[in-house]
Amino acid sequence: MHMKIAASVAMCALATMALVPSTHHSAGGTVAGKVTYTGTAPKMKQIDMAKEPSCAKQHATPVMNESVVAGEGNTLGDVVVYISAGGAPSAVPSTPVTFEQKGCQYLPHVLPMQAGQQLEIKNDDQTSHNIHPMSQVNPEWNKSQPPGAPPIQTTYAKPEFIPVKCNVHPWMHGYFAVLNTSHSTVSGSNGTYSLSGLPPGKYTVTAWQERFGTQSQEVTIAGSETAKLDFSLKATEY
Amino acid sequence: MSRVAYRIPSITASISFLLIAASAGVAQTIHGLPREGRGGDTKVNTRVGRPAAGKQEYTRYCAGCHGDHGDGVGENAQWIEPRPRDFTQAVFKCRSTLSGSLPTDQDLINTVRRGIVNSNMPQWRPLPDQMQADLVAYIKTFSPRWATEKAGTPVEIPPETPVTTESILAGRAMFQKFECWKCHGTAGRGDGPSASSLTDSKDQPIHPYDFTTGTRFKCGTTNADLYRIFMTGLDGTPMASFADNIKGDQGWDLVHYLRTLQPIRTPESILWKSWLATHASELKPIGPESGGR
Repeated sequence: MHMKIAASVAMCALATMALVPSTHHSAGGTVAGKVTYTGTAPKMKQIDMAKEPSCAKQHATPVMNESVVAGEGNTLGDVVVYISAGGAPSAVPSTPVTFEQKGCQYLPHVLPMQAGQQLEIKNDDQTSHNIHPMSQVNPEWNKSQPPGAPPIQTTYAKPEFIPVKCNVHPWMHGYFAVLNTSHSTVSGSNGTYSLSGLPPGKYTVTAWQERFGTQSQEVTIAGSETAKLDFSLKATEY
Repeated sequence: MSRVAYRIPSITASISFLLIAASAGVAQTIHGLPREGRGGDTKVNTRVGRPAAGKQEYTRYCAGCHGDHGDGVGENAQWIEPRPRDFTQAVFKCRSTLSGSLPTDQDLINTVRRGIVNSNMPQWRPLPDQMQADLVAYIKTFSPRWATEKAGTPVEIPPETPVTTESILAGRAMFQKFECWKCHGTAGRGDGPSASSLTDSKDQPIHPYDFTTGTRFKCGTTNADLYRIFMTGLDGTPMASFADNIKGDQGWDLVHYLRTLQPIRTPESILWKSWLATHASELKPIGPESGGR
């Protein structure tokens, strides 16, 4: 029971905080750094798009599976880095995020957004795709989007890392990272990331990779400085 | 609200925690609350489903496959393909409502009554109507979604248009354009280029419907059922919703074409056969190299 009361207090505190949105992305501090991995990263296989010639011909170079984007010096790309706790709750951005289907790939491979933020899904290809985000916490849906169809407009109400696939083209695979915050970014192919516009305060910063899991660290921002924060995820074979 | 809950360190506090946790999406399944207190009303025509009564019938008829907790892992589940439905996700194949929304009570009753072809789900038509309503009421206690969400709006189905050659040809062009053949095959045999790689939302292999061997569909038998299937999609499976792209009477064209693929004599297949006898050479084959007619 004591555990439950403690949990209830924590939950209620979060619920209360959610009622007081604040603006952000004005001036403020920055957290920046590099994401790397330890161990041996699994080799990514080349994707064979022969079954979809209209997509295959869009790629001059081999297309690789993007589940692990490892670079020189063990850097790790496509890692979602976000504020998982601390600071005032962020207001839901009024600008939509866009998820594109192009050359039978998802652009970007991982798309962070805040719960409640508008999500726009486009099909730039000359083939039909079906967008099948396999959510567990949010309602699961599956919609077809033929060439030339208007963008699908939707939102997700609850935080969740949602795997997305196209059943017609089984190699297509991506993620929606639905977060409680607008303070999020994705590491570049060289592993670097930067989260700016953070008001002074103590934050928990979390890095998430679809295969290697999460890592969290605390950081304190006093003013407009840039705090350096590197992440090192443990590579897991699969 | 938070302070009130904090000061009452008793059952109230733990219930308020549970409620808050549920609304925050933290708790997927709420244990400890009486099941009868969740799920909302189930009303089908004049019958009101009673979850408590449904539980007995569920244990007797359904739990062997769907599991005591409704999670689809009853003792028979491991031998069954496709796997029994997991009711804790509240994701259902056969709905009259749009993809991603909850089905209506009548949708669930319909599935109980008709069973699902090509699966181990039998028809439960012999069960009395009241028992079917009770079962549906109980099934709705397995997911907290039923307590917070309403059933979706049913897809509108306009009156059926006449079966004509033009309608069938237009439907055939849709079968090409929307690339139904990628899974269902160029002749509707369920052998399209993507068929072998299909998996459902639980990563279990699943086969696209083979129109050439089947008379009944997974979610019904009539032309309106067929219309509803491609508009709503079968949630939890690779079959997507086409509601954003097929509008009104256009849907009947696709229905009329799909009927020609079946092994039964339908008004559509009779008309199509006689047209083909003299016009077959005018058709481009369905498939990757074709633009339709």
